[in-house]
Amino acid sequence: MKNRLLWPLLALVALLLLNLAVTPSFFALRMQDGHLYGGLVDVLKNGAPTLLIALGMTLVIATRGIDLSVGAVAAIAGAVTCVHIGTSGSAATAFAGMALALVLCAVLGLWNGFLVAGLGIQPIIATLVLMTAGRGVAMLVTEGQIVTVNNTAYRQVGAGFVVLPVSILIALLVLGLVAFATRRTALGMLIEAVGVNPEASRLAGVRSRTIIWTVYVFAAVCAGIAGLMISSNVSAADANNAGLWIEMDAILAVVIGGTSLAGGRYSLTGTLIGALIIQTLTTTVYTIGVAPEVTLVFKAIVVIAVCLVQAPKARAALSFRKVAVPS
Amino acid sequence: MTTLTQRVPSRFLPVLATVVLFVLAFGFGSVRYDGFASGQVIANLFIDNAFLIVLAAGMTFVILSGGIDLSVGSVVALSTMVTASGLQAGWPVPLVILAVLLTGSTLGLLMGLVIHKFDIQPFIVTLAGMFLARGLCFLISVESVSIKDRTFRDVATTAIELPGGVTITYNVVIALLVVAAAMYVLHRTRFGRTVYAVGGNESSALLMGLPTTRVKVGVYVISGLCSSLAGLLFSLYMLSGYGLHAVGMELDAIAAVVIGGTLLAGGVGYVLGGLAGVLVLGTIQTLISFQGTLSSWWTKIVIGVLLLVFIAVQRTMVRR
Repeated sequence: MKNRLLWPLLALVALLLLNLAVTPSFFALRMQDGHLYGGLVDVLKNGAPTLLIALGMTLVIATRGIDLSVGAVAAIAGAVTCVHIGTSGSAATAFAGMALALVLCAVLGLWNGFLVAGLGIQPIIATLVLMTAGRGVAMLVTEGQIVTVNNTAYRQVGAGFVVLPVSILIALLVLGLVAFATRRTALGMLIEAVGVNPEASRLAGVRSRTIIWTVYVFAAVCAGIAGLMISSNVSAADANNAGLWIEMDAILAVVIGGTSLAGGRYSLTGTLIGALIIQTLTTTVYTIGVAPEVTLVFKAIVVIAVCLVQAPKARAALSFRKVAVPS
Repeated sequence: MTTLTQRVPSRFLPVLATVVLFVLAFGFGSVRYDGFASGQVIANLFIDNAFLIVLAAGMTFVILSGGIDLSVGSVVALSTMVTASGLQAGWPVPLVILAVLLTGSTLGLLMGLVIHKFDIQPFIVTLAGMFLARGLCFLISVESVSIKDRTFRDVATTAIELPGGVTITYNVVIALLVVAAAMYVLHRTRFGRTVYAVGGNESSALLMGLPTTRVKVGVYVISGLCSSLAGLLFSLYMLSGYGLHAVGMELDAIAAVVIGGTLLAGGVGYVLGGLAGVLVLGTIQTLISFQGTLSSWWTKIVIGVLLLVFIAVQRTMVRR
């Protein structure tokens, strides 16, 4: 367990040290009007949506699935809420809109779960359907416009502060809940059992299908919350660009964190580290003053490097240490 | 139905279903709208989607072998960028073409080697390839670069007259040649047979003594080569190079291949299916533009629904 997290952790520390070398004040934290500011807080705040989506994705991947539709679901959540709020400034409308959006996301998750568990379609294709159609649906909701809102209650979700930014607190809360629900109860083991062999675990008395439905609904709700953060942070819903490629970032975060795409085991701590690596990388590129567009090149290099040092075959070839290839 | 299944082997049914769908969609358009049922509208389907046809052909190889290539859209963008900046720097056209094709195949080769040698999932490796290729575009230039080269512009704008007053471009000819070549390789060479074998069952293929390594790496080289060729066609079509060209095109290519009846699990499918898939997607877009009042986002919803229908149909066929 510790060994698997070693390399991602080292990568994260290296990135943070690089930041420190370029901007000496990177680790400085300061309080201002009861709000905590600083480089690390920024990384956490901007990484919150990716972390949330990656959490949902971790459980989906643990069941040997994948969810490509999360970005589209995030866009739908933002679109529905903003359209519901409209010109209203009241907190009640904002909460009603968010509740509506999250219920809708749960339904979309049920849909994905139905395709995967009910019809037995490969997860990558089943969720590709919603990934393609979802953006269309989001544009249908906003009628192709960027809907802007002016609602203080809604703004709190993505841009508010309770000492720390609210989005960080939400993400950490969800992380805590998931860790508790899956590691303190048998749920985590059941999810891993389904990932190892759905049929065998069904014969052993695990309700494989229910588990699969559950993880897809959870992933969609996480995506919905992330969508609310993204849209609330700018007080607008952009059906085209909100959450664009965030599913890729989330999958990368999960994989960097040592969760195998082949399913059967997962690491929530790994996902947290993975999400932080992705976000720190983006921040680093900004701070060293490279054109932001070039971030992609760095991302590619880090992904390949981290995947390579984790791949059993690569380890054996480079003989970092004598590890037996885990079966 | 029994007579149909007797005459047509069941493995051709998915492709046939796609062709029927294309005919139905086109027939629907011809009845609804004046001027829809003209040869030029069909020719335009090919002209506007030539690059997608080439992409789908390459993607078919990868998917048949049981893999997936998410990098194709970015490689198209990178190819347009290399083409445009190469021409701007005054390189001769053949050199530019060679450079583009080499870039694409090398990227494909690298990805294939990483996937095979280190046993990392194709999904992740090609995702990294997607980021890398798009990042490289922006390293060349952040701005859009237009193509002013005379030869290039001439090739792009030359119309080939077909009987009946229908015109096509060289793009279409190249795309159809690629499809023909892909069909030849898949069905008439050892490599093609092995692609099907690896996609059907890799361990069996290995135990039969087939060169699985060469095939598993080879399909990504083919996909990379097709993507860069599609990139060349795309730069002829757009007459510019830009890092934001072809965003999300990999999804169109995958959708076309799946709608064309190729199983994502590998081992089952045809290049012609991908071609039919592209034509179906193109027809939907044409229908929506002829309709006029429907907004463009309906295209996405319809494509999603189509994907769903085809996957569900495939599912029931596999179960039988």
